[in-house]
Amino acid sequence: MTETLSSDEPQAGIPEYPMRRAQGCPFDPPPTLRDEQEKGPLTKVRLWDGSRPWLVTRYAEQRALLADPRVSADITRPGYPSQSSSRSNSIGFILMDDPEHARLRRMVTAPFTIKRTEALRPRVQQIVDDLIDDMLAGPNPVDLVESFALPVPSLVICDLLGVPYADHDFFQDNSKTIINRDSTDEQRAGALGRLAEYLDRLVGEKLDRPSEDLLSQLAARVGAGELPRGEAARIGVLLLIAGHETTANMIALGTLALLQHPEQLTALRETQDPKLVAGAVEELLRYLHITHSGRRRVALEDIEIAGQVIRAGDGLILPNDIGNRDPRAFSDPDRLDIHRDARHHVAFGFGVHQCLGQPLARMELQVVYSTLYRRMPTLRLAGALEDIPFKHDGSVYGVYELPVAW
Amino acid sequence: MKVILDQDKCVASGQCVMAAPEVFDQRDEDGVAILLNDSPSEAGTEDVQHAASVCPALAIRLSA
Repeated sequence: MTETLSSDEPQAGIPEYPMRRAQGCPFDPPPTLRDEQEKGPLTKVRLWDGSRPWLVTRYAEQRALLADPRVSADITRPGYPSQSSSRSNSIGFILMDDPEHARLRRMVTAPFTIKRTEALRPRVQQIVDDLIDDMLAGPNPVDLVESFALPVPSLVICDLLGVPYADHDFFQDNSKTIINRDSTDEQRAGALGRLAEYLDRLVGEKLDRPSEDLLSQLAARVGAGELPRGEAARIGVLLLIAGHETTANMIALGTLALLQHPEQLTALRETQDPKLVAGAVEELLRYLHITHSGRRRVALEDIEIAGQVIRAGDGLILPNDIGNRDPRAFSDPDRLDIHRDARHHVAFGFGVHQCLGQPLARMELQVVYSTLYRRMPTLRLAGALEDIPFKHDGSVYGVYELPVAW
Repeated sequence: MKVILDQDKCVASGQCVMAAPEVFDQRDEDGVAILLNDSPSEAGTEDVQHAASVCPALAIRLSA
């Protein structure tokens, strides 16, 4: 009997969340998510603490609820479907509601406009070219994560924030602990504390010796009494983590996905058309959807949607990974097709919390995907797909290592 | 077609600028969207409709 009961299907028939991906399908969301999506737009899941929040699996309902002002992202509210027993907000405005969220967010949006991001493109191209030069001159095979995928966005976000890249081992290691699902609350709090202390020290330095970076701008607000120094440090932590870990995973996992779809890789390598490159980025964002732990919210009022009533205080989990595979929004959704129009995907979320760094992420990925495979045309996996360590235990999905040869 | 933009709702995602750069731009100081042309030509209709549909803050409304 027991072998027929997987951990995803407990006795009550309500699946546990998060769920497991199927063996041999590293790019697809867990099959249980697809089953739930077929049952209806709103079902229920069971969390680690026994609570049973709503699971919203379809694209239209996910967008509607994520953009609904009656839905809160405030982790301290009762009913919020927390990932662990820690309910304190140590990561800042992504777990707050408006108007406080909007006030803080607008303090850091300026460097992420389309214009400012485009102005950074030559610098990112230089970073990418230099790292490829180093790889070509170094040992073969190499781990693409360590030699390329992590350094590219880390160098870029360090420049933008004003964080010394020399400290990358420190902030990358602590980020890893924070986003690992298996970290204990103590481990996570420790890593967050170390990063907050580090950013606080940098904000202090920028108060004394400001330069042209974002931390200096935050420090100026601290100096003007508009922003508590601790909040400035928290914002710095958030942007530092979000700025390198996500894009790094998209670079490595995207490369692996393309290596498994050689005809798509060839099309991307041979094109001179920036529109096709941009389209490929959108499709890879949709298809891979690396933030695979579900957006989490709590209802502030009763909300009628899809023939159901979500009660005030009910928790909501909105896994955009399965929303991006909803056949109602994308035809043949499980196929990677860089030629499709995927621009309406929800890889960056939806609503007021949608990723503020998305123009930067897009530009970085456009530079990477249009350069790496052209300059390393014989790039291939050094080893078997089965041996690749996937981040099943991360709140952000990807690969821990990607051995490649050329 | 008339375009109505609610700057208070805008979260500076830049999606509208990507979709319809001849109709939308962003303020330098905080990335909040600005309207360059509130009555775009027929040729631009599809882009503007796309901009409205991908705006995460539902800050863009279109009227006939």
